[in-house]
Amino acid sequence: MQVDESAAVGTGAPSRAVRDFEAGLVRRKVMVYVCQAVFGIVFLAFWQWASGRLIDPFFVSSPSAVFGKLYTWLMNGELYRHLSITLYATAIGFIIGSTIGFAMGLLFGKFAFLAEVLDPYITALYSIPKLALAPLFIIWFGIGIESKIAVSASIVFFVVFLNTFSGVREVNPIYIHATQIMGASQWGVMRTVIIPSATAWVITGLKVSVPYALVGTVIGEFMSSNRGIGFIIAQATGLFDTNSVFAGIIILAVVGAIINSILKATEGWLLRWRA
Amino acid sequence: MAGAAISIDGVDKRYIGRGREVVALDHVSLEIEEGEFVAFVGPSGCGKSTLLNMIAGIIPMTSGSIMHEGRKVTAINRHVGYLTQADSVLPWRTVEQNVGLPLEYRGMPAAQRQKRVAEMLALVDLKGFDKAFPKELSGGMRKRVALAQMLAYGPDTLLMDEPFGALDAQLKLVMQQQLLRIWQEQKKTIVFVTHDLAEAIALASRVIVFSGRPGKIKYVEEIKIPYPRDVFKVRFLREFETAYDNLWRELSPEIAKGEDL
Ligand SMILES: Nc1ncnc2c1ncn2[C@@H]1O[C@H](COP(=O)(O)OP(=O)(O)O)[C@@H](O)[C@H]1O
Ligand SMILES: [Mg+2]
Repeated sequence: MQVDESAAVGTGAPSRAVRDFEAGLVRRKVMVYVCQAVFGIVFLAFWQWASGRLIDPFFVSSPSAVFGKLYTWLMNGELYRHLSITLYATAIGFIIGSTIGFAMGLLFGKFAFLAEVLDPYITALYSIPKLALAPLFIIWFGIGIESKIAVSASIVFFVVFLNTFSGVREVNPIYIHATQIMGASQWGVMRTVIIPSATAWVITGLKVSVPYALVGTVIGEFMSSNRGIGFIIAQATGLFDTNSVFAGIIILAVVGAIINSILKATEGWLLRWRA
Repeated sequence: MAGAAISIDGVDKRYIGRGREVVALDHVSLEIEEGEFVAFVGPSGCGKSTLLNMIAGIIPMTSGSIMHEGRKVTAINRHVGYLTQADSVLPWRTVEQNVGLPLEYRGMPAAQRQKRVAEMLALVDLKGFDKAFPKELSGGMRKRVALAQMLAYGPDTLLMDEPFGALDAQLKLVMQQQLLRIWQEQKKTIVFVTHDLAEAIALASRVIVFSGRPGKIKYVEEIKIPYPRDVFKVRFLREFETAYDNLWRELSPEIAKGEDL
């Protein structure tokens, strides 16, 4: 019984069984990474082989041409110049949208009457594809970075707002009462019960909205801009330069994957208490 | 009224839901003296938890009034400790963070808090689990975390709703003995709900029997066994047997009635 209990909470040195179990997990993980790498290499090799043999490179370019392009951009500073502006707009939009969304979600979650009154309007606003607002934002904020920030902020806002709101409504009232009896102030309840309880929802909202924030910025750049990854892709499309189009798409894919894995790790850590 | 820690006066509770009214408590009156250890027994659904919730100020009563330490209970009652029947341990906090929670609300410095938490965990036999999350504990262990949390900030009145129901027989006896010791040393008033008659008799100075729905006080038995008591040995005393017979005589028809519903 003593052994069981200490193992359950990870105190003391890990036993042999624990070490074997963990080694098994590591082996599996390594196998997954190896297979992922093999899959990627096979895919690139097929693309390289097919380009020019099966399909005209004018349409599908080829890995060597695309990576050549990427290398050139990396070296001449173009990559940094365009990627930094796209990431900057996405990040600022994300921060503005999630901060306002989180605050409003908490507020509406606390004032159920207000939430009920405004419910149909919120649903209506939510139903608008946010990208349809992009032209409007360009009129309001001009073709500079502000309009891109506005697009991504508006996307992130709604997802975070609605998730925070649901999270607050979902809080088990037992926790609220129990902590109040123990002496928690309003802020104490907010800090120790409502916010942590809503975290699972908020994180889900953030995870869903980050890729959209990136999409929002890029779409904004498609429409009108003179810098950014979206601008590169739009400009290259106009010139039938498929190498550059693919290079731009790959940059977006890699950036999206990196952001997602950061969020996933954050989520795993924040929600480590969950069963 | 001097000396009464809790005085319950003509309390009714009717729940209204889905177009019907459920009478949970029907005109309950009861005085609980300061320093008393009172046990509530009764068939399930007779309103024992409802009554504790009203003393704690979580739910309003339909009519009547409850005074606690000379104050009328009208909102959340911050002068009691309440060990609820449902799990109230916060799943996103570790055991030590949960136990330290009431101290955190009182602004106790971290070092002092840590010391107090360690003492409480030793008391409920959960040493070594301070960094565990509730999901890693059994139901009985979580109950003990909630108990440690309640004892950590030392409220004078403790409301306990079936606190030891999920514990195995031996641990239950150990926890009962600890509770009796704390009650005597710290002169607390305890209201203790249980479905275990033997537990009620071993601990309480007075056992209140509730009738089945609607809940009413049906019978009160004074337990004459002197304190300090040894919970391992009380059950062999004659007074224990007499009390058990009396209580069972009153309780068993109620339980049968409950089954009909
Ligand atoms: N929130 C509620 N809404 C409607 N009925 C309730 C509610 N809570 C309890 N009841 C009813 O009140 C009665 C007493 O419940 P409870 O106090 O939990 O009983 P006990 O703790 O004695 O088992 C039960 O019949 C139960 O169905
Ligand atoms: Mg109950």
